[in-house]
Amino acid sequence: MNFSYLFDPEHWELGVPGGFPQLILSHLGYSALGLLLGVIIALPVGLYIGHTGRGSFLAINAGNAGRSLPTLGLLMLMVTLLGLGLLPVLIALTVLVVPPILTSTYAGMRAVDHGVVDAAKGMGMRPLQVLFRVEFPMALPVIMGGFRSAALQVIATATVAASVGLGGLGRLLIDGLAVNDYSRVLAGAVVVAVLAVALDLILALVQRWVVSPGLSGRRVRRATAAT
Amino acid sequence: MIQYLQNNYEVVLTALQQHVWLALLPVLLGFAIALPVGYLAVRFTWLYHPLVNVCGVLYSIPSLALFVFLPVLLGTKVLSPINIVVALTIYTVALLARTVADGLRSVDPLITQAATAMGYRRFGRLINVELPVALPVILAGLRVATVANISLVSVGALIGVGGLGQLFTRGFQLFYLEPILVGIILSVLLAGIADLVIVLIQRAVTPWARFQRGGAA
Repeated sequence: MNFSYLFDPEHWELGVPGGFPQLILSHLGYSALGLLLGVIIALPVGLYIGHTGRGSFLAINAGNAGRSLPTLGLLMLMVTLLGLGLLPVLIALTVLVVPPILTSTYAGMRAVDHGVVDAAKGMGMRPLQVLFRVEFPMALPVIMGGFRSAALQVIATATVAASVGLGGLGRLLIDGLAVNDYSRVLAGAVVVAVLAVALDLILALVQRWVVSPGLSGRRVRRATAAT
Repeated sequence: MIQYLQNNYEVVLTALQQHVWLALLPVLLGFAIALPVGYLAVRFTWLYHPLVNVCGVLYSIPSLALFVFLPVLLGTKVLSPINIVVALTIYTVALLARTVADGLRSVDPLITQAATAMGYRRFGRLINVELPVALPVILAGLRVATVANISLVSVGALIGVGGLGQLFTRGFQLFYLEPILVGIILSVLLAGIADLVIVLIQRAVTPWARFQRGGAA
């Protein structure tokens, strides 16, 4: 076991098929597409359920059922049904990220203080204004929490794409295992873990940026410190 | 699918059995480790943030990488189920240690003070007061960890030990739908049953929660 594969400069050259830059890019590509599809599906549904309170049973149980669905099984099922390609991987990853985003959106919306919503209505805001100017911004910290855990999961899980012949960092794991090259396996594991941690840090910064300072209390504290 | 089950009844049953203990043994081990670790992070507050970060990093290691990698670290055989058990124990601890710490931190200081005033020492207070009060939070974490473990075991099939996951790889190699479907359905059922069992245990050990809910309604 050693780091020779990871630190071999040849593997880091741009444009080399099977090199780190290419594998990282495809890995991030699958993950980003999965996350994007997951957000497109889960966010509106979660907002609707949280805003109206209708179908909350669905939100809670879809979350639990989705978590128990084995991604590898779903992936192989989809490949058997649809053939090899990108689509089965995207479906499997999307199914993976929908539950955490859906449940956190719902939970965040439910946690918004009713008094605030009533005040917004009392000020004459329309339902959509209440949703997008009051409820959504206030639910955002919880939603971002769910999104971050979904991102972590999808980065770690996108490795299974290699088991059905696609690229991504899982290639290093599967191929390294096939030829007993543990240095390569180690390299794959390390790069995925670093990628996941780096992404979480970036998302933490994004969260600071998008969450209203009135909620996180940052600017408020600074203002009182100044006076 | 019924036909497949009839013909391969023994294969499926062995896979299911392996799946159950590969998933549940780590839950027990991880829970046993996470309790003291989580407690330490509450007792020594400076430990809390490092713990949260370490747990986050551990949880981000892909399961496949860990499964492949542990034999090298532990000196076990690649096909040994010990690798899966150790890997899933690590994930369970990563999930639960933080939950235990959060649960214990969420105990109302008034309750702890009242317990202290009633003469509880630190350890007795932890066992008799703080842990029971934190139990709903901790058990919620345990449910997540159990369900996650049950679905993670199948990834082990890529290295040859994966309970129901072996049905996935078999079906994939033969381009044959039935074993994959059977594997998925059994895996989801197993997760549902395990989840239900924990909920029932939670009801049994926290009778006051039910009472409160009844009183509020």
